[in-house]
Amino acid sequence: MTNLQQAQPTQFSRILAIGAERGELVVTNDDIAGPIDSSDEWIRQRTGIVTRRRAGADKDVLDLAEAAAHKALDAAGLTGADIDTVILSTITHMHMTPSGAAILAERIGATPAAAYDVSAACAGYAYGIGQADALVRAGLATHVLVIGAEKLSEIIDPTDRSISFLLGDGAGAAIVGPSDTPGIGPTVWGSDGAKATAIRQTHSWTELREDASLGWPTLRQDGPTVFKWASFQMAPVAEKAMAEAGVTAEDIQVFIPHQANMRIIDQMKKQLGLPDTVVIARDIAETGNTSAASIPLAAERLLSEGQAKSGDLALQIGFGAGLVYAAQVVVLP
Amino acid sequence: MANTDQEILEGLAEIVAEETGLDQADILLEKSFTDDLDIDSLSMMTIVTHAEDKFGVRIPDEEVKNLATVGDAVSFIKGAQPA
Repeated sequence: MTNLQQAQPTQFSRILAIGAERGELVVTNDDIAGPIDSSDEWIRQRTGIVTRRRAGADKDVLDLAEAAAHKALDAAGLTGADIDTVILSTITHMHMTPSGAAILAERIGATPAAAYDVSAACAGYAYGIGQADALVRAGLATHVLVIGAEKLSEIIDPTDRSISFLLGDGAGAAIVGPSDTPGIGPTVWGSDGAKATAIRQTHSWTELREDASLGWPTLRQDGPTVFKWASFQMAPVAEKAMAEAGVTAEDIQVFIPHQANMRIIDQMKKQLGLPDTVVIARDIAETGNTSAASIPLAAERLLSEGQAKSGDLALQIGFGAGLVYAAQVVVLP
Repeated sequence: MANTDQEILEGLAEIVAEETGLDQADILLEKSFTDDLDIDSLSMMTIVTHAEDKFGVRIPDEEVKNLATVGDAVSFIKGAQPA
């Protein structure tokens, strides 16, 4: 019989604060319509996007993440020293190693916090919240900084008509910590690698090494396939997240889906049968699709503009390249 | 139990009318989804999903681009239903 000790669990966790940083450039549809032979009207009708926010050449994904992290720390009344785990969800940290999270932890004064990146594309933030919830409740962490950050303008092709015109840059940070009351419902998450090519990088780094004429890899998607999957197969995932949290659509005050396309958001609302009283996040109209950053950015907008308030019950769901998805019901900070 | 062509047309017309706001009577076999009915690729996927549910068939994504007219869709659904 050994005296092996295991970490002591904590009963509840919640999101203590959110911070947001958007790219400083406002890019209109007219600004990008030329190379794809499109128009402001076509882009609005297909996507609901009016502008997207992009970062300038002097900022990288970690700069965006750092700014969002500081705002979340300030809002929580914490400093970097209080953070013992940093989870950075991104697909645009341009080094395969070391992780962006380790560098970010050092920049915000959180060293020696555990730090790692999550590659779950547009589901990255919801994956991160699910992990942070589990880490805190298991007693493995006290304050987890979860950041969804992307500088997607690094991997776009201005002539691509499938996805590039949707994309923006930004970072959203959340701090997850212990709570006296339940604040994060069970995460319903998964993947479907059979659809790995539905949203993809044009070619790999090794293919580029073998054939330099391929040029810089950029993103592509099979738009109608992704639309169908997201619009109709993600609603049951969101329903399961509500059921596992013990709530119904009538209990939800706010719906924050990944900001991929306004028409997906509208179709999901319909599929879920959400009452008109539910506030729907529509940050995509001004910010564009910022992948892992889109849910916290949308949440921050609702809170700062007064459309949602602290204590509201929000259903959030991320879905994207992998394909991967994750949903949970959370209490807004 | 397989549907007749007429039943499939009527069911499909109902779905298309719901998605587009068009009059069900205007949704005829020879109509082109894009040129005549002004249905874009995203609306088409919504129609396809509802048709799959209604008729108990699977319409693969890569097949959708071959469904140019309402008649093409009726034929595909008819062929995909168990005899």
